[in-house]
Amino acid sequence: MRTSSPSVSLPGKPLQRVVAIGASVGGLEALKQILVSLPAHYPWPVIALLHTSAGYRGTRLDGLLGQHCALPVREAEARMPLEAGVVHLAPAGYHLLVEKDLRFALSVDEKVSYVRPSADVLFESLAEACGARAIGVILTGANDDGAAGLAVIRAHGGLAIVQDPEEAQAPQMPQAALRIAGADQVLRLRAIGARLAALAEESA
Amino acid sequence: MKPIAETDAEELEIRDFVSTLKARHGYDFGEYAPASFKRRLRALRARSGAASIAALSQRVADEPAFLRQVLAGLSVPVSEMFRDPWVFEALRREVLPILASYPRIHIWQAGCAHGEEVYSLAIMLEEEGLYDKTQIFATDLNDVALEEAAEGIYTSANARLFSENYLRAGGKRSLSHYFHARYERIKFDESLKRNVTFASHNLSTDGVFAEVQLILCRNVLIYFNDALQDRVLQLFRDSLVHKGFLCLGSKETLSHTEVERDFSSFDAQARLYRRHAHQ
Repeated sequence: MRTSSPSVSLPGKPLQRVVAIGASVGGLEALKQILVSLPAHYPWPVIALLHTSAGYRGTRLDGLLGQHCALPVREAEARMPLEAGVVHLAPAGYHLLVEKDLRFALSVDEKVSYVRPSADVLFESLAEACGARAIGVILTGANDDGAAGLAVIRAHGGLAIVQDPEEAQAPQMPQAALRIAGADQVLRLRAIGARLAALAEESA
Repeated sequence: MKPIAETDAEELEIRDFVSTLKARHGYDFGEYAPASFKRRLRALRARSGAASIAALSQRVADEPAFLRQVLAGLSVPVSEMFRDPWVFEALRREVLPILASYPRIHIWQAGCAHGEEVYSLAIMLEEEGLYDKTQIFATDLNDVALEEAAEGIYTSANARLFSENYLRAGGKRSLSHYFHARYERIKFDESLKRNVTFASHNLSTDGVFAEVQLILCRNVLIYFNDALQDRVLQLFRDSLVHKGFLCLGSKETLSHTEVERDFSSFDAQARLYRRHAHQ
């Protein structure tokens, strides 16, 4: 099995983290509220995964989210590297994974927690690809996806942020995350965006 | 926190599994994309009740019959009939009329798994009046999947999705015209496979076996690393007649590959490429 060595940071640059956000029912609105808080030239890659059932073709989530965000929003493609300052959207119908060389991979393997893309699959691969540098965020949703993946992120020393279930349009997903993985921080949406921005600023 | 050493130990076990499988049975998964391969291997470990991936390697070494289960776990992606209907619609509207001008049509479905797309193709060719002069080579590395593909039996829970896809792909009848429903199963007409040859072919290790005008290989390359993808694409190029067609999965592309210059994009949305007339 060939694996390339992680190329997380360039020499002389601060360690790069990766933010991965998983959301389901109500996730589009929630995601907008977070992305709007991120500044242009955000130093880290952001990966956004929505359980959208809105078909394969014709869904222009990237355009829709791009209007609410200073960062470019693009659909993640197989083999393409994670890019700092870009919001990579998980394509509908495929699992999205991160390889150790910090490039994306896709699969059409069975659904996990009844969904594809699954945040569990994304988070687990991200944790194994970049260890403590992973930041996992779980937002509103009506299933348990993401909880097991968030636990893997925490087990690798990464940071776990969960939306306050009180605020979530569908509380089940944040509740499952808190039950199974726990969290470093439980925050409302506005605070999550601000926190992600602040974390990047602190590391600069 | 999971110690890093533990992750490294697993990597070593995976490497050992890959080389055991290759040495014992000749199947080489060494150039598969690591993240999804690891997921499949872990799922196989859990399903087969092995305590570790090292224990899986031991079973591969000790029990020849275990191979079936291993291949089923590592190689078969889920598919559906007329998956991404617009692709089949584009094939029917744009490609089949061109193929119709050949006296004989040869099509290679590479990585056919359980055969859903093979029957989709056969139905389309039948409806366009081309099937009797067509030969479809349906290949997979997994013999168990090939046997199931040749059966043409699927769970009836999928019948509705398949039927909807068929109509969106420009189907001219009702999909139920082509299958019999019995209990919880649907079985496609035997006559649909009269011009299909199901054959074992491993994209990692096997070479050109036929010259064809159309190759379908969808959602297979996403599981390969760059080197294997490039090799397989060269194999496809070398198997295609001049001006032959290659159809990839809807998230797969020839961009940034070594064969990019040998093809032009024919229908970008359907991921249809056409080999240049001459090199």
